[in-house]
Amino acid sequence: MSGAWRWLREHAVNIVAGLVVAYMLIPIAVIFVFSFNDPAGKYNFTWVGFTLSHWSNAFGMPELNSALEASLKLALLATLVSTAIGTLMALALVRHQFHGRRAANLLIVVPMATPEIVMGASLLSFFLILGTPSLGFQTLLIAHVMFCISFVVVVVRSRLIGFDRNLEEAARDLGANPIETFRLVTLPLIMPGILGGGLLAFALSIDDFVISNFNSGTTVTFPLYIYGAAQRGIPVEVNVIAMILFGATVAAMGFTVLQQRRAEKMAAIRPEQEAPPIPIGAAEAA
Amino acid sequence: MSERRRIVPYFLLGPGTIWLLLFFVVPLFYMGYLSLESGVVGSLSFSWNWGNYSDALSLYDTQFVRSFLYAGAATLICLLVSYPLAYTIAFRAGRWRNALLFAVVAPFFTTYLVRTLAWETILSDQSPAVDALRLIGLVPENGHVLATGTAVIAGLTYNFLPFMILPIYASLEQIDERLIEAAKDLYASSREAFVRVTLPLSAPGIVAGTLLTFIPASGDYINAQFLGSAGNQMIGNVIQSLYKTQLDYPAAAALSFVLMALIMTAVIVYIRFAGSEALMGEEAR
Repeated sequence: MSGAWRWLREHAVNIVAGLVVAYMLIPIAVIFVFSFNDPAGKYNFTWVGFTLSHWSNAFGMPELNSALEASLKLALLATLVSTAIGTLMALALVRHQFHGRRAANLLIVVPMATPEIVMGASLLSFFLILGTPSLGFQTLLIAHVMFCISFVVVVVRSRLIGFDRNLEEAARDLGANPIETFRLVTLPLIMPGILGGGLLAFALSIDDFVISNFNSGTTVTFPLYIYGAAQRGIPVEVNVIAMILFGATVAAMGFTVLQQRRAEKMAAIRPEQEAPPIPIGAAEAA
Repeated sequence: MSERRRIVPYFLLGPGTIWLLLFFVVPLFYMGYLSLESGVVGSLSFSWNWGNYSDALSLYDTQFVRSFLYAGAATLICLLVSYPLAYTIAFRAGRWRNALLFAVVAPFFTTYLVRTLAWETILSDQSPAVDALRLIGLVPENGHVLATGTAVIAGLTYNFLPFMILPIYASLEQIDERLIEAAKDLYASSREAFVRVTLPLSAPGIVAGTLLTFIPASGDYINAQFLGSAGNQMIGNVIQSLYKTQLDYPAAAALSFVLMALIMTAVIVYIRFAGSEALMGEEAR
């Protein structure tokens, strides 16, 4: 008995951790299992029977399809814009000394510390008083880029901080000009950070409900479709699409991790090892 | 060259700064302006109408208090649940580390609304989980979980848990384990070493995690809407309904402003306490 007790005490932390992990994964399992459900009525809350029909019909609902299309288009555009803008900001913050750094930091932190509802409501106030642009895809894009920028900056910045600038100096010593250095040395090395930031922006954008709900006008995104459907019973296809998105995100995550490993290998190449097969060029990016 | 170098950062910062000023800072001022207007939609006019604030606060003080209570409870549970997990991942997971980190972020890969609706399924009256709770007496024989404050807090806890786990993990992971060994060499018990070395060194993670959980939780209205009842409305529900259905923009703007002000106060206290760089990472070298 005392042996069992001691084992329990020694492993208490691990047991709690295991339970927490189970807790994190339960809803995902529920979404997955209920994507095979064959509900009797319009509410998909109780298990009735197994069917694959919703998986084969995943893209057979026009309304759901157009919502998904709007979400993907929005997320893609918001990711491209916010990643470009955010990467430039991160470069400035990590590589340059300038007046107003504290103010710039604050401008980036405060949106992350603001409740979404306040951001959504204030943007709506802004668009309402201004009277233009009319609510719809363009206001959604403005809003999504706005709340993605800070997160991109934080991710890219953390990657830049760990950057070995000797590599750029080596490139300069070997005669590359600033643009070559940036393209052939800096960019490949910070690419995982940019990809990571972009992935986060995409995930935030495609999942956003609160801010979109305020600024969408008549445009319907995937989360807005679910919210609207919740009143009248959500089709099982929503679970299927959610699982497909889940799978795609996991795959994208895996790809980013691989990229990161590659970049780490590249950065770890030292003179005593085989010479890198990349042409290394000259001066600093700036 | 040096002249050029001096203006380069401003070019790099330009687009982002303009975007954030125009679509984040300016709208906040617009909302402030709107919150001082009077009249109904169509004939709103600016009139330094501070009454919007006192009306909003006296009408919706219960929802304000409830928001902070629910968010506070969820944050506390998150903290108690996160620390052991973060500790395990940082110090004991070994080759399981990446798998555990994946499990922590996995919920983010499913749509927020869909996973909240999954909780609606899990907590509904017919669910096996609720039956189990009834069996062990935690829920009365014909009691409910769904549509109660408990369900809302459970949903908030679940949805914001990763925001607590990740910062705590990050700060634990940075601890030099030799410090803990040194404490033990100096005759600290495991418990003393934890309380006097590990815990203080992970404090920045705890503070960051607390803010990152509490802020979105206090403004949330999805959990209250899907998992609660009319008696569990939070301030987010009020703001959204004033804006979207009742079209009472000045009152909604005033409420948003109060929420923002309360939260900003917390952030400023945090920045005084931990330094803005703790949230943003290191300075340029």
